[in-house]
Amino acid sequence: MTVLPFLTAGWIFLAGVYGLVTSRNIIQAVGCLAVAQSSTYVLLLTVGYRRGGIAPYFTDTPLRTRTVDPVVQALALTDIVVGATVTALLLALAMQIRKRHGTVDPDALTGLKG
Amino acid sequence: MSRNARIRLFWAAAVVFAVVYALACTGLPRFGTRVHPYATRAVAASLRQHTANVVSSVNFDQRALDTLGEESILFASVLGTIVLLRHARDERVGRPRAGRVLPSTRLLGLVLVPVTLLTGVYIVAHGQLSPGGGFQGGVILATGLHMAYVAADYRVLKRIRPLAVLDVADALGAGAFTALGLAGLIAGGAYLQNVLPLGTFGQLSSGGLVPVLNAAVGVEVGSGVIVLLASFLDQAVEVRSANNPGPGGRT
Repeated sequence: MTVLPFLTAGWIFLAGVYGLVTSRNIIQAVGCLAVAQSSTYVLLLTVGYRRGGIAPYFTDTPLRTRTVDPVVQALALTDIVVGATVTALLLALAMQIRKRHGTVDPDALTGLKG
Repeated sequence: MSRNARIRLFWAAAVVFAVVYALACTGLPRFGTRVHPYATRAVAASLRQHTANVVSSVNFDQRALDTLGEESILFASVLGTIVLLRHARDERVGRPRAGRVLPSTRLLGLVLVPVTLLTGVYIVAHGQLSPGGGFQGGVILATGLHMAYVAADYRVLKRIRPLAVLDVADALGAGAFTALGLAGLIAGGAYLQNVLPLGTFGQLSSGGLVPVLNAAVGVEVGSGVIVLLASFLDQAVEVRSANNPGPGGRT
């Protein structure tokens, strides 16, 4: 089954979005967004995998050694950094919502408040 | 939209996504295939630029402009978090009480804080040679400092954390990346072009601009994460709002 790793990424994404849709707690929803985002790490690393490849650095390995794809690894690194900081920003928003509205249930947030 | 309607809409969309995605997956190159045109070219370019760690070469040399955008996002979200978590008018700052820590935990923390900080510096400095770089090393530096919170308490962490300096360091790190890009323009090349001498392959000084950019990012990420955690810890431990009065949290 060579499609299975790709399908795993799609399944993780759907699991995260399902959590986002059903969650009754903003902090839980932020966690679900992180899960949905982590599916892209799986997808990127799956795309870049080369059978028999080693980590893409040549400090103490011969120059002709086959490595896995470094481009997608760099993309995954970008993804992780951006994901972590956006999660922090969303959690800060959640704290302010809790302070101003006294609830973290997204369904209970109906009115605008100045 | 009601809750049930939302969930039904999700399932409808999920089925469509699952079918289309599965079909798309069968059209992708096979898993683990040998032919990777981008990988082959990236490795060749990295070796040409005397950078042993290809991921660092992609991030700080071949796609440095993308990394500039990435660290700008990082900087912006640190800034946004600080603004969001500033003290409101009806909040007052309590005095955190000292927590009890086992002597063994304290001793372990005392030993591990310098070791972790040194590891962080090593990971940043060797970013062009071995797995690691500014982003990873910066996070290790920041977590190393917070070991003081685990091993001692919040007041000790506050004493060893020069927050005003770190605020400035965060901005300077972000600015340094942008400014270093100008070196390429001054040397008559393109923005963020690698213009420094490339050095000997496998040496600490190899890679030209890559280790310098790594250091800038390491400073930015390290101080950014500390500032980020500082504003969250401040909310959890110190701030008491009008509807949640108390003498300050336990650390």
